[in-house]
This record gives sequence, C-alpha cells and structure tokens, in this order.
Amino acid sequence: MSKRKLKESSEESAECISQVQKIFRERFCHYCAAGKLFGMKQQYSHLLELLKRTTVHGESNSALIIGPRGSGKTTLLNHVLKNLREMNQVRENLLEVHLNGNLFLMKNPFLSGLLQTNDKVALKEITRQLQLENVVGDKVFGSFAENLAFLLEALRRGNRTSSCPILFVLDEFDLFVHHKNQTLLYNLFDISQSAQTPVTVIGLTCRQDILELLEKRVKSRFSHRQIYLMNSFDFKEYIKIFKKQLSLPAEFPDEAFAQKWNNNVQHLSEDKTVQDVLQNLFQHSKDLRSLHLLLMLAVSAVTVHHPLPTAADLQEARRQHSSDSRANIVHGLSVLEICLIIAMKHLNEVYDGEPFNFQMVYNEFQKFIQRKAHSMYNFEKPVVMKAFEHLLQLELVQPLERPSARAQREFLLMKLLLDSSQIMEALQVYPNCPTDVKQWAASSLSWL
Amino acid sequence: MNTRQQSKLIYSWYGKPLGSDRKLRTSQYKGILITSESTKTETCIQLGDFILVEGVNADQPYVAQLMDLYEDGAQHKRAVVQWFCRLEEIPQNKRKLLKREISAQEVFFDQILGYDTDIAAETIIKSIVVLPLHLSEELPTITLNKEQTFYVKQSWDGKCFKVLSPDTFSKLKEANKKRSVITNSSKAFIPSDILTPVKKETESVLRSATKPKTADMEIESKHSASKSSLAKERHSQRVANNDIKTPTARKKLELSSPMRSKSRLLGCEVLGLLDDDCDATAPLKPSATKRKVKFTSDISGSPPKIPCSNDKSKSTCESAEHHQRFSDTIRLSPYTKVKDFSEKDKNLHEKGDILSPVGYQKPSSQSPVLTPRSRRTCVQKTSALIAEQISMLDQEDFLSGSDSSYSSSSEEEEDDDVPCTPEKKTKSSRIFSTPKSSRKSAVHTPAKTLKKTPLQGTPRTPRNATPEIPRRIQAAQEPASVLEEARLRLHVSAVPESLPCREEEFQDIYNFVESKLIDGTGGCMYISGVPGTGKTATVHEVIRCLQQAAENDELPPFQFVEINGMKLTDPHQAYVQILEFLTGQKVTATHAAVLLAKLFSTPGPKRKTTVLIVDELDLLWTRKQNVMYNLFDWPTQKHSKLIILAIANTMDLPERIMMNRVASRLGLTRMSFQPYTYKQLQQIVSSRLKGVKAFEEDAVQLVSRKVAALSGDARRCLDICRRATEICEFSNQKRTPEIVRMAHVTEAIDEMFSSPYVNAIRNASLHEQIFLKAILAEFRRAGVEEATVQQIYHHHVALCRMEGLQSPTVSEIMAICSRLGACRLLLVEASNKYLHMRVRLNLGQDDVMYALREE
Repeated sequence: MSKRKLKESSEESAECISQVQKIFRERFCHYCAAGKLFGMKQQYSHLLELLKRTTVHGESNSALIIGPRGSGKTTLLNHVLKNLREMNQVRENLLEVHLNGNLFLMKNPFLSGLLQTNDKVALKEITRQLQLENVVGDKVFGSFAENLAFLLEALRRGNRTSSCPILFVLDEFDLFVHHKNQTLLYNLFDISQSAQTPVTVIGLTCRQDILELLEKRVKSRFSHRQIYLMNSFDFKEYIKIFKKQLSLPAEFPDEAFAQKWNNNVQHLSEDKTVQDVLQNLFQHSKDLRSLHLLLMLAVSAVTVHHPLPTAADLQEARRQHSSDSRANIVHGLSVLEICLIIAMKHLNEVYDGEPFNFQMVYNEFQKFIQRKAHSMYNFEKPVVMKAFEHLLQLELVQPLERPSARAQREFLLMKLLLDSSQIMEALQVYPNCPTDVKQWAASSLSWL
Repeated sequence: MNTRQQSKLIYSWYGKPLGSDRKLRTSQYKGILITSESTKTETCIQLGDFILVEGVNADQPYVAQLMDLYEDGAQHKRAVVQWFCRLEEIPQNKRKLLKREISAQEVFFDQILGYDTDIAAETIIKSIVVLPLHLSEELPTITLNKEQTFYVKQSWDGKCFKVLSPDTFSKLKEANKKRSVITNSSKAFIPSDILTPVKKETESVLRSATKPKTADMEIESKHSASKSSLAKERHSQRVANNDIKTPTARKKLELSSPMRSKSRLLGCEVLGLLDDDCDATAPLKPSATKRKVKFTSDISGSPPKIPCSNDKSKSTCESAEHHQRFSDTIRLSPYTKVKDFSEKDKNLHEKGDILSPVGYQKPSSQSPVLTPRSRRTCVQKTSALIAEQISMLDQEDFLSGSDSSYSSSSEEEEDDDVPCTPEKKTKSSRIFSTPKSSRKSAVHTPAKTLKKTPLQGTPRTPRNATPEIPRRIQAAQEPASVLEEARLRLHVSAVPESLPCREEEFQDIYNFVESKLIDGTGGCMYISGVPGTGKTATVHEVIRCLQQAAENDELPPFQFVEINGMKLTDPHQAYVQILEFLTGQKVTATHAAVLLAKLFSTPGPKRKTTVLIVDELDLLWTRKQNVMYNLFDWPTQKHSKLIILAIANTMDLPERIMMNRVASRLGLTRMSFQPYTYKQLQQIVSSRLKGVKAFEEDAVQLVSRKVAALSGDARRCLDICRRATEICEFSNQKRTPEIVRMAHVTEAIDEMFSSPYVNAIRNASLHEQIFLKAILAEFRRAGVEEATVQQIYHHHVALCRMEGLQSPTVSEIMAICSRLGACRLLLVEASNKYLHMRVRLNLGQDDVMYALREE
C-alpha cells in the first residue's frame, strides 16, 4: 500500500521534473521573444516608437542596435515585433479589418550577414522574401545588375502614403559593411531618405566602431539613430534576474511542486554560497547568456531523486563553467609527456619565451634523467619524439611555421601554448606524480 | 543583331540633276536609288514619297515625306523632309489633348519648327504609304501590312493638335496619287495593294481542340524568329540572310493565323465586329475602287517576307520555279486542314484552287445569316478567315507566276501595300482592349513591332512588368500634432518648395544647361561637395525647372537621364541604363556602348538634347577608365547634343583618379558645393518648419552650430531635429504638447555624437575592466602599444591579488579577450595563437583611463 503510494508520487514528480526540464530548456536555449527583457525599457520604447511610426505614418527610418554579444539585441527586436503585431491585432478590434492585412504585409526580411555573404545573394533573398520573384518568373535572377535595377524600381514606385512599409533587419550588420562599395547599404539608406516606399532599416551589430566603417556617403544617408544595449545592471538586479529566470511560471500544472520549487529558488538567492557563485560570474561577464549556461548546468542535475537544485549544484556548475580547458588536457598526459612540458617550461624561463625545438627539449630532459637516473626510466629518443608529437597534436605546442619537407622535425621551432601557472596547477592535481618530477617542475636547479 | 555584319547599302541618284545652285554648289535630284549589295535589289525613292528614316530607336523609325534631294558641296547626299510624328514622340502630358484613342498607325503632320528637316540621305530606310484622312473618318480597316501604312488626320505643332488644312490634305493626297502614277510608270515598282474581297462562310465548321494550340506555338516561334520591327528587318536584309524567309515558314504563319484567332474570338463580339465591318466598308469604297482599277492584280496582303522577292531579280525561270514551289505549299495548306474540318474541307479546297486574279467577292450580306449561338459564329468567323488566307495565298501564287516583274521588285515595294480591304476588322476601341485583336493583327503582319502590343492594352510581356510593393490596406495616418507635422517636414525625403542657401549654385547650373540647350550643343559640368550639401537635390531642382520651361515652350524639349554609380553593380552597366532610358532597349553592356557611341556620334535628325546626370561619378572608375572616357567624350562630338552633369564628393577627383585624357575631356566647368554654415543650416531648418511652431529658435541654432562645426551635413541636421521632436514627445506624453527646447536638442545631439567606447567600458564587467587595466600596465611596462595575452594575463593575476579577487583561469581570460575584441574595444589576432595572441587597444589609452577612473 505504502509502496504503491510512493510509486505514484514518484511518478507524479517524474512528470513534474520532465515538465520543469522542458520549461527551462525552452527558456535557456531558445533566445526567442518568450524570454523577458531586463534593463532595457528605454531602448524598448525607442524601438517600438520607431517601428510604430513606420507602420502607422509610413515614415522611413534607419537605426542600429549596438551591444556586446549576448546583450539581448535580437531578443529586444523580437519582443518589439511581437508586441507590434499584437498591437495591430488590438487595433483590428477597434477599427476595422485593415490592419490585419497590414500585419501580414509588414514584411521582415531578416538578413544575416553570415548567410548573405555578398550583395548578390542578399538581393535575391530580399526579392524572395518580398515575394516579388513570382512577378517576373525566374528572369529576375538573371543577372546581378538586372536584379538590382528590378528591386530599386520596385521600391521606387511606392510612396509614403500608399505603399506597404517594409522593415529590413540586417543581422550582423558589420559584415554587410564589407561588401563591395557597400552598394546594398547605400541603396537601402538612400531609399529610407527619399520619398519612395517607406522602409525602416535596422542593423544589429556588436561592434562599437561600426559607424567608422561606413563609407562617407553611406554614413551621411544613415540617420544616426543608435540604440545601445550595455548590460547596465548591477548585482542586485542580477540576483533578481537569476530568481526570475530560475522560478517556475504560475501556470505550471502542479501548483504544489511549483510552490516548493519557487521557495527553494528564493532560499537559494539568499544563500551566501550561491551569492558568491553569482558574484563571481557577474564579475566575469554580465551577459545573460553565461547566466543561462550556468543555470542550465545546475538544472540538468535535477532528477526524480534530487528534485530541487541546491547551492552545491550551482557551485559545481560554476566550477565546470570556469574550468581551464587546456589545463584539463594536461591531466590526461603520461609522465613522459609531462616531463617534456616541464622541460619546455624551463626553456621558456631560461630563454625568456624564445621558441625552442625538439632537440633542445630532449637535451633538457636528458639532463633531468641523468640526475635522477634511479627514479626515471631513460626512454629512447624515438619514443620521446613520439610523445612530443602527441603534444603537438593536442596543440599544447605549436610550430612557428608550417613544417616543410626539408626541415628536420627535430629542429622545427616551437612554442608552448601553456602558461607556467597552468602547468603548476595541473601538476598539483595530477594523480601519482613522481616527487622528483614535481620538484623538477618547481625549480630547474633543484639538483643543486 | 550584329551591326557589323550588315551588308552595305549603296545610295545613288536617280536620274540627272534637276537643277543646281552654283553658289552653294548643290545640285538637286528627283529620286534616289538604294541598292543593296547582298540582295542585289534596287529601290527607287522619289520626291514626294513617304519614307522611314532611321531614328534613335531601331524599333520606331521616323516617318517623313521626302521634299527635296540634293548633293551639297562636299558631295554629301542630303534630303529635305517634312516630318510626321508618331504618338510616342509626343510628350506624355500632351497626349491627352487629343481626347481620343490613337492607333499605332496614326501619325501627325509635324509642324514643330525646331526639328532639323535637312537629313543625310543615308538615313532613309524605305518608302511607305501615308494616307490623309478626315478627322471624322474611321481609320481604314486592318491592312495586311501595318508597318508600311500610316494615316494622318491631324497636325501637331508642339502645342496643340489641329485638323489638317485642306491645302495640306490635298497635297498629301496629291503625293499619294503622284506616287502611284510614278510607281506604275517605273518598272521596278509594283506596290501590292490589298483588295482582298469579303468572304464570309456561313457553313459551320467543327473545330478541333488541339489544333489552335499548336498553331499558337507556331506563331510564337515565328515571331521570335523574325525580327519584328521595320528597321530591324532592314538590318536583317543587310545581313543578307534570307534563309528565314522560306515559303514553308511563311506558309505556316499564314495557316496558323485563322486557327489562332479562332481560339481567341468570342462569338458575340465577332457578331458585332462583322456588323461594324459592313458599316465601315461604305465610306471607304470610293478609294478602294479607284485603286482596284489600277492594280487589279495586286491582291495579296503580302507581308514583307516573300521569298521570291529577295532572290535574283528579273529571271523568269527563277520565278517560275518559285511559282512551282509556292503552289505546292498552297496545295498543302488546305489538305492539312482537311483533318480538322469534317465537311468544310471540300469547300475550302475548291476555293483554294481557284486562281482568280480579281479575287472573288462574295457579298458580305452573307454574314448576317448568323445563328445566335456564339460558338457557331466563332467558328464561322474562323472558317472565313481560313478561306481568306487560302485565297490570298493563291493570289500571291498567281501573281508570282503571272507577273514576272513581281519577283524583281525588292522588299520595300512589297511593303507598300495600300490597305483597302473592307472586310477586315475595323480597329474600334472595343477591340483594342481585347487581346485577340492584337494577336490577330500580329498574325497578319509579322513585321509588327512588339512595342505596339502593350499599346493595345494586352496583358502580355511579363518580362517588362515592373514589380510593385503591395499597397497598404489602411491609409497612412496623417500627422495629428504639431510635432508630428514638424517631423514629417523635417524628414530628409520631404521635398521642400525651394532650396534655400543654394540659389547661386542653382543659378549657375541652370544657366549652364539652359545655354547649352538653346545652342543645341553638348557640354560637361563637374559638381563636387561633401555628402549632404545638396548637390543632387539642387541638380534635380534645376532639371525640374528646365522641364517646366520646356513644357511652357520657353526652351527646346530635352530628355533627362540619371544614373547613379552606387546603384550600378558594375561601371559598364552605366551604358545599359543610359540606353534603356533613351530608347527602351535592353542589351548587354558592350553592345550598349556601341549603340550609344553611334547614337551620339552620328547626326540624328529630330533628336532632342539629352541631359545626363551622373551621380557618384567616382564609382564609375575602372582601370582603363573607358566608361568615364566615353561619357565625357560624347559631349565633345559635334552632333551629340549631350549635356553631362557629373556629381562626386571630392573636389580634385579629376586630378586624382582620372587619366589626363579623361580629365581634359571633362573640361574646366566645375562647381564646388561648400559645406553649409550654421546660418544656412538654421535657415534650412526654419524654412522647412515655416508655419509650424515646434522648435525654440535657440534650439535650432544649437543644432545648426553643432552640425556646422562637425560636417555641415544637412541630412545630419535634419535627423537631429527629428530625433529631438521624438524625445520631446516622449518626455511629455501626458501633458499638453510643447515645443522642442534646448534640453531635448542637447539630448538628441548627445545621443548621436557621443562616443560609444567610454560607455561600453563603464558598463563592462569587473574582470573586463581589470583586463583593460592590465593592458595599460603592460603597455606602460613594455613601452610598446602591443602585448600578448600571456603578458597581460600575468598583470591581470597580479591586479586580482591586489583587489583580493579570485584570479580567473586562462580560459576565462581568453573569453574576456574575445568579448572585448568582438566589441572592437580591442584589436586581436586570430584566436588559434592562444596565449601568444597579440592585443592592441582600438582607442586611446587616455580614453580607457578616463573611462576607468570615474568609478
């Protein structure tokens, strides 16, 4: 009886857990309009007003949204567009059916600089997204010149009051800048500054120096509206964001579980260790994407038997998050390879970061072996060479120049891609490391 | 079509000089012979004949009457002509003065004085027929040869249309008569007038469903194969490639025509048409009969491509052979149809075999025996057409067989068909709107230009369809408040009534273009100035004023073409765009260059001056600079009549990037637009805001001064003002609207001009800031403005220890470095160098220090 009850409850919680995981997966992995906006009220209203004027008054505009990666540029834009559509829906109820059409006709060619690698492809994509290609069959894709003339003609025909406004969103705007002559940008901005079809051009970029990249004619035509997203919140707000991001929504099916979960989150946010973890992360990077990553790691530890995330989970997640990837590789090396790395470290110290070759490393290693012959097995040179090449493959050492057929492998100049502090840390945690090696690592003169 | 392959045409005088003028050393002639070397044909054109003259557009040669022929002192053959103008040549805005539909065949007696009536005789293409008609007269029914026949009802003097004066009318009539006499007398002249009789078949015909389609396709192919314009046809003649004009090809076309119309015709409309036809016949009868008497033998509506005409002339056996071949094809034609028509075939066959030189004239009264069923009438009509075609073929056949001289006449003469066929459809306006009429006529005249098709309102040629952005369903809201009104006016795209502060420049450019227009010469002007100083706007304003003046007849009319270097994908595309603007042709860049060079270097009669604006000139630069060279070379040609206004940003562009020979051709007429001063900017803004109290006076001044100090770019100034209105509106949404004050303007300026770097650094995370500090420390230590990540890392760790922070791992440092690099606060190398990646600051050390110190 009690067993069955237990089973039922666990089943129930299993369902809850899968629900929870689903919610957080959506929240942390999809950077969609569903996510909430934090600390960008002003930018939001600016952008919303701008787009509203385009739709309602047919006013042409151009703007750039600038902010570091992960600062929520796309989220902001998606939010604005979603609300704009909803607003049109609202107005539809108030006025007539007109704006429903307006909603559909508001085209959003999302152009990403990574996909549209030149103006030709971009033009085709615009034509496709404006659904103009069926006007003339596939002839329009005849040549680049025809295509451009076609599109310009199409846009020139409209006017402010009668044509449907078009919103151009240029993702990765900085990549469009590198197109030849900046033809696309010039034409888009030129249309936005002349009495043609109303267009609004919005560029998203993370480069602060974007305006310096624009050609003077293009720059003059750009209206110089810049919306900066800066992650300009302090730690208190960061904690609030953390709470909001980790708490379950009110419409969660199992209310009791949601209550329990949210209480736990409240506790966590007041916990000292959790605050330390968050403080540490906050000091490193303020963007929400890294917070999402941390929470993702923590939440993925949630199971049926461990239904609520704890401070330890977060700590562990933070540890994983901040671990040094190269030092981790060193943990998996053999003693011989570690010895070689130590030899390189000493060479770096002696020659002040000058490049070395295999022969030098081998000599250094030989010196160590001669001193400590009793504890270390003297490997043959080809064996050492093999170990050295393994390090090369792991990219712990890097050749200065490409290996050529003529140069002997032993004399290729190399550089070590590890800092001495990384090596020392790795040795600390290296299991069963011979004491002699540790001593040698600490000082090249330990035998004296 | 490759113009280089054209065979040469030789122009020689016909007969002895009539008289000569000693002083001018000219001698006059009564006719000119055009001999084509390749086809060995000769055409004689006499005084008073109507001719086609090569024009700008190969598809639309000019129509004229030959008034005088003479040879000038320099042995050049010259011709004096009386022009007729096509509807296309009349400005769009004047066409509505006509208040009626105009057929493509109608021309106007040209009384504009501006045109040069003295042309080179070599530009004459061939002779045609122009018939004077009274205004009330309907246009004669469809002729088989539309290309060759024009009608004139009214005269055009550049301002209004007038009815032909009786004097002119009689003169034109006279010319026609005289011409026919002449042609009769001259052995090489047999104009083939159409006197195809009326034939209406009352029998019903079962029609096959499949046939029309194939027929259609045949037509299409035929159309594409044969160059469809007169002038092009002439080209093809020059090419001496007569292979296309085989009898079989022609037969196909003829055969298919009725099938095609059958598939398109609607019965009820046909009924109406038939009635119309009967009515229309009446007034035309007299002239028709008159002609009939003269040329009873010429019946066929021979389209220009008669096989026999182009071959070796005057050989009877040859023509007999032709006759043989031809009759074969005719025999074939009815038989092919036999499959389709169950009971009609015999009848048809009979008709086909009748070789009646007069043409059988069945009374058209037969046609009213029509059943109300549309299907049947349609079929009837079709069968009538079939029969007609067959009979025409027969008659042609007869002609070529019986009249040996027929084959000797060249293509030109054959084109001179006088249409007197009353049974063909009148071109009533009703038919114009239906696609079938054009199809039908296209079938009858294979040499018809495609140009005419859109004129008749047919929904064809998707190629030329220009796309359109869908219209918005709800109308755009009009500005409600003062601020919104101001914003609308401040938008760069809003066109102000006048351009303040550019009056001087405006006047200079205006004077330059005006003087060139009046002189009828060409010239270049180079206009420079930094962006946003109103260069393009001023030039457009000049053009607008000039067009206004031209419309009011204060100036000779001109064509206006604009190209923009930025809107071209390749400098050579400039040729394509110019040619398309001028003539509507679409060709490749190299061919366009050839055509344009020809256009501007040869003296074109009736050609208007062209004003060409070349915006963003510097982008037309190529390594050999041939585009620029050509552009600036054309105006220097004697007959080019080309005025170029070149616009670019840099003042010394000609010296900097142009070769000497290009710069020299550009000339020294230059103008430089200075950046606006703050007073000018202030004036611009206040002139736009006239009548709208939205700005404080001082606020406008602040913006103007700020912009003038930075760039003098009017666009920037307007943008800032516009942004200021938004800020103003936003800041007091609840309260009553107020005007834009200093605070709003300052905010807008700060928003637009503030350096983003300082803000970005202040909002960076703690470790990012420490990393920047570490960079500064490393720079100071090394004395070099470049450091590797490893070096910076050591400093970073040291700084962290000082601050009592947990020192970051190398991975985290790399992440920070790449983040700052993506924002371009730092310039970093490729990340595969890991610790040895070199780092530089993208802004001054002082800026970084300033940004970091504040906290």
